[in-house]
Amino acid sequence: MKNVVVTPEVAKEHGLTADEYARIQATLGRDPNITELGIFSVMWSEHCSYKSSRIHLRKFPTKGPRVLQGPGENAGIVDIGDNLAVCFKMESHNHPSFIEPYQGAATGVGGILRDVFTMGARPIASLNSLRFGRPEHPRTPFLVEGVVSGIAGSGNCIGVPTVGGEVFFDECYDGNILVNAFTLGVVRHDRIFRGYASGIGNPIIYVGSKTGRDGIHGATMASGEFDEKSEEKRPTVQVGDPFTEKLLLEACLELMKTDCVEGIQDMGAAGLTSSTFEMASRAGTGFVMHLDRVPQRETEMTPYELLLSESQERMIIVARKGREQEVLDIFDKWDLDAAVIGEVTADGIARLLMDGVTVAEVPIAAVTDEAPIYDRPVERPAWQDDLNRLDLSALPAPSDLSESWLALMSCPEMADKKWVYRQYDYMIRTNTLVAPGSDAAVLRIKGTRKAVAISSDCNPRYCYLDPFVGGMLAVCEGARNVACSGAEPIGLSDCLNFGNPERPEIMWQFRSAIEGISKACETLAIPVVSGNVSLYNETMGKGIYPTPTVATVGLLEDADDRVVSWFRAEGDLVFLLGAERVDVELGGSLYLKQVHGRVAGVPPAADLAHEKRLCAFLKSAASKRLLASAHDLAEGGLACALAECCITRPDGPVGATVTNPFPESVRPDFALFSENQGRVLVSCRPADGAALLAAASEYHIGISQLGTVGGDTIVVADIARLNTAETYKAWSEGFANALGFGE
Amino acid sequence: MKIAVLVFPGSNCDHDAYHALKHVVSVDAQFVWHKEDSLEGFDGVVIPGGFTYGDYLRTGALAKLSPVMGAVRRFADGGGPVIGICNGFQILLEAGLLPGAMIVNESLKFICDYVTLRTETSRTPFTRTIPEGTRLRIPVAHYQGNYFADAETVKRIEGNGQVVFRYCDVAGNVTSEANPNGSVSSIAGICSEKGNVVGMMPHPERCTEPEMGSADGRLLFESMVSWIKENAR
Repeated sequence: MKNVVVTPEVAKEHGLTADEYARIQATLGRDPNITELGIFSVMWSEHCSYKSSRIHLRKFPTKGPRVLQGPGENAGIVDIGDNLAVCFKMESHNHPSFIEPYQGAATGVGGILRDVFTMGARPIASLNSLRFGRPEHPRTPFLVEGVVSGIAGSGNCIGVPTVGGEVFFDECYDGNILVNAFTLGVVRHDRIFRGYASGIGNPIIYVGSKTGRDGIHGATMASGEFDEKSEEKRPTVQVGDPFTEKLLLEACLELMKTDCVEGIQDMGAAGLTSSTFEMASRAGTGFVMHLDRVPQRETEMTPYELLLSESQERMIIVARKGREQEVLDIFDKWDLDAAVIGEVTADGIARLLMDGVTVAEVPIAAVTDEAPIYDRPVERPAWQDDLNRLDLSALPAPSDLSESWLALMSCPEMADKKWVYRQYDYMIRTNTLVAPGSDAAVLRIKGTRKAVAISSDCNPRYCYLDPFVGGMLAVCEGARNVACSGAEPIGLSDCLNFGNPERPEIMWQFRSAIEGISKACETLAIPVVSGNVSLYNETMGKGIYPTPTVATVGLLEDADDRVVSWFRAEGDLVFLLGAERVDVELGGSLYLKQVHGRVAGVPPAADLAHEKRLCAFLKSAASKRLLASAHDLAEGGLACALAECCITRPDGPVGATVTNPFPESVRPDFALFSENQGRVLVSCRPADGAALLAAASEYHIGISQLGTVGGDTIVVADIARLNTAETYKAWSEGFANALGFGE
Repeated sequence: MKIAVLVFPGSNCDHDAYHALKHVVSVDAQFVWHKEDSLEGFDGVVIPGGFTYGDYLRTGALAKLSPVMGAVRRFADGGGPVIGICNGFQILLEAGLLPGAMIVNESLKFICDYVTLRTETSRTPFTRTIPEGTRLRIPVAHYQGNYFADAETVKRIEGNGQVVFRYCDVAGNVTSEANPNGSVSSIAGICSEKGNVVGMMPHPERCTEPEMGSADGRLLFESMVSWIKENAR
């Protein structure tokens, strides 16, 4: 690369537009050399610069009394009291996972773990939100197998439990799967570290794996659309080494117990370049870096390659001057490379040398602060009105409602995900109080009485039909899921997956979803503390459904207040919260999609004030120990939620008989499967029934006693009934059957 | 009483074993780095699970070369109680302290789940207070937990009473359906001829408190404590 002459064509091959290239020339006052061009191209890529999304992301509410670190760092941090905080973030690894599912997913997990431990936090749990194409698409089973084993291969080896998530299938993901990984860690307030290259003269220390040629231009790849040649992009996918990452995790946490560290950041997308430039940018400093001192696993690497490599398991540490040896000794103990490769300077310039010769010299601000920001055109899609049209009266009524109900229970979206999570170590670190399968996973915080509840949520059909409402509902569902576990939602991380932002319709989806998320977060007082944007999820002009996944974190002051989603005991009473919500809402429903093959209409309405009261009530009822179970009504409405309460019980399925909360004038299939929001099925011991009713009225929550737990059938009035054993079988085998994963 | 929890590069159940010993069973536990070559002053040894050296070679094949394994061998030869859990079991097999080998699960997939074990012998320090036939609910989490030994070895360890645990159904019946990984004779755990070295794939350290779904794992550590107390007299 040394002798490549930089021309506008070379810049274009680097994904830079003519305007962007002109801007580089203007800011430098000269043509960049190839190394400098490489730096600009990755730092100005969509993935690193957020150039299309930044102006919209500012709308998120990011502050709150518990927020110790909002967006802009490696991860967000929220106070949980007693000098402890939780540190978390969700991040996408979509493009690499489609090209090479095992390594793509594995390095996605590895990357998000580093984002969390670089802040000083010990990772204690991970979630994954996965979206695949149609189960019958020839590539889907291969991608599912690869992604799941990649997540397992990384998380299990590093020893952080994978405790939950989502698995969703739709043909819109046939050419662009989504792999969104979330990790939460626990950190002491006085041990929080940030990515600052501060302290003039402080040494810059490289630690971790050696640098190779893998993943060069990964960030640029993740900022472009796919075409039929995408599978030829394998060399831009990084390869993970979870064993080394485990060593790096332990070595970093050991180092952080000393006071040697001024700042620390992991090398993620755009590797050495983004980590050093971002750290200097935050601190308002510059640096000198000797690239020949970077530990290398290949020979003859050029400055360009060293700067752009995305080799995994590497970190940059800015240590306090004079403490270098202590840092090197700790990494030596863990058999990891560590080398002093430069130092912090005062002049705001990045000076990169190779064997003593300057190979690049650029102002930090030119690369970071002056990166382009686009206010891209926004236009409501012409197809939206057609999409929102839905004449329910024209919908044929199924001849056998029980059969339709069973079909929904066994469809891969609803079916048991044990095939997936059985491959994840979800128990390691012995904190998992509520394992995968409930509304949220619950983890204890050792040494305290506290626990955290975490859930990842998004209904892409709702977001497609109305991204503003869909965005609100994603937040509401996340909040409801952690509240159903007895927790108070205290923070959220988002992972915004969209198509090509250069299309005004996509930008409309993007802007609308952000506005929806923002509005819901404001009303529910849940700050957005971290997140990630993944654009260009398109293949040959076909975009995915807008998929703004949110990961919600809730806090339980007393872990013993936790509530599970399944019915516990025969004879318990069953109540519906939000029972007054009886307008038929089938737009974007699972019933419409699975039984009638349609994605149309408008999504269910979001009532934010109701959701807020509902969350407060659930937390209060949990702390009074009034709830035996609580399960949010989501895809498949009352019928599917009821069946889930019955068959997900770890001690074996149990039946239940309930009445129909809808007026008799409502078509029975609509009553069963309508997806009205803000509803929760709860059960309690018979003795607690009166207290529960009183508490609900105190919070102005509509509540209706629907029936009781017991028997071996699941019955909704005289509308439909299922046998528990048959339903359990269909549900537990549905996932493997749909994907052809027989025993 | 002082129990060593060995830490190799890639050990990841070390904190869990430490927590179970120190905070649940309430004995003094200490981490011992794999480069140490002495276990002087310790009364028991736990080799925890994990992915030592990434399992990039055969599981346990590199960890057996660590200096601390020489000390483990001497400790075992002296009759001290040693338990290897999951990857720790794999290390004991590679070190030749226990017979047999591990291969990949029959399903070719990692399995994390609760299983039921039947206690086959009370003659080890870790099962002395657990009556034979007792069923224990303990989780497994492994990719290579399919225990294998040739027919002659299996016959020998069966005859010597070296099978400590077998996978069984909730009623205690040893069936192929209840065998999660394809292990020969449904073997989940074995011991040395003398009985003081035990290896098992399931994770007792993960289930010492009821909120973890079972507290049966605690019985093994309490058994070890009672053995140490008795033998110290």
